Amino acid sequence: MNMITDIPISLIVLGSGLCLILIGLWGMLSQRNMIRMIIGFSLMDTGIHMVMVSIGYVTGGTAPIINDAVPLADAVNRVVDPVPSALVLTAIVIGLGVTAVMLAFVVRIYKARNTLMIDECTESKW
Amino acid sequence: MIKRLFIFIMLALMAQIFFNLASNYNENTSLSKLGHYYVEKGPQELGAPNLVTAVVVTYRGLDTLGEVTVLFISAAGVGLLLRRGRRKPDAENPGNSEQTPTVIKQKPASEIVETATELLLPMIILFGVYVFLNGHLSPGGGFQGGAIIASGTMFLLLALPESHISRLMIAVTESLSGFSYLVIGALGLVLADGFLDNRIMGLGTYGSLFSAGAIPLIYTFIGFKVGFELTSVLDLFRKEDSDPV
Repeated sequence: MNMITDIPISLIVLGSGLCLILIGLWGMLSQRNMIRMIIGFSLMDTGIHMVMVSIGYVTGGTAPIINDAVPLADAVNRVVDPVPSALVLTAIVIGLGVTAVMLAFVVRIYKARNTLMIDECTESKW
Repeated sequence: MIKRLFIFIMLALMAQIFFNLASNYNENTSLSKLGHYYVEKGPQELGAPNLVTAVVVTYRGLDTLGEVTVLFISAAGVGLLLRRGRRKPDAENPGNSEQTPTVIKQKPASEIVETATELLLPMIILFGVYVFLNGHLSPGGGFQGGAIIASGTMFLLLALPESHISRLMIAVTESLSGFSYLVIGALGLVLADGFLDNRIMGLGTYGSLFSAGAIPLIYTFIGFKVGFELTSVLDLFRKEDSDPV
């Protein structure tokens, strides 16, 4: 019990994020259904976000918002780094846009080929 | 079989790299130099209690402009890929908005869902507006508020699949908010220290709704732009869905 609570919280987030990246990568490489490949991509995306957030964590820190709980004078010692958080905000939106475009491609391929399997789309294969 | 072996070896190597990364990880005990500057100077310079907002909208405002551009391009790309054929121009007709003459394939949503939509939709949109107006004070901002508005639209499309969303309204609102965002950014060059500087207006009372210069204004435009962009993406996927092949 004590051993578990001794692990720093950011290491747990970092570890889970790295595991998600691996799972997502496995999904993208081994699945043949295009929707499943996109799900793998989204998992990897989420894992990368978790890794970035965990890197910005400062021991004992809280959200970088100045209010009654975090007075301005002491803020420097009590908040986490706002830069990785802002970066993740950007990355989430970009990931959403990329996923939407991929899904649109899948819809187009399905309409043209009536299949979701990538093995049946071989023209662009080298 | 050889392919699977390759995948397995690659994942094992990645896992090895990640394991080394995680086992040598030490938690930060203090802020990085840049983060320290932003936390120390952000509230005084920009008047925004939410430091993430200060970084996103002003310190790294140019990145956010790029982000909005990427989202716009991806929405345009979805529009290009899922463009409807010439076969169904009658759905564009703005006259009869409720009853588009398409064949209803799926069962309509139950009365409970429809009534709940009518009750909740204005509140969801209001909540989205609240989230982006308070982006400089509390967790939230233009992207989050826009996503909430788009989720309200998703709700509407689930409950009333035949409802009509005006393309023209989406296009006009989206272009206007994007343009206003750029104009505010350019005003920063003239009235303040640089592009997207939020101090083109007074900073106001610290911690009140109308404070932090142009940040609430910029986030309002971003919120509308993101909300309507995501709405148009959802609408395009829906249209594709109900197309009789």
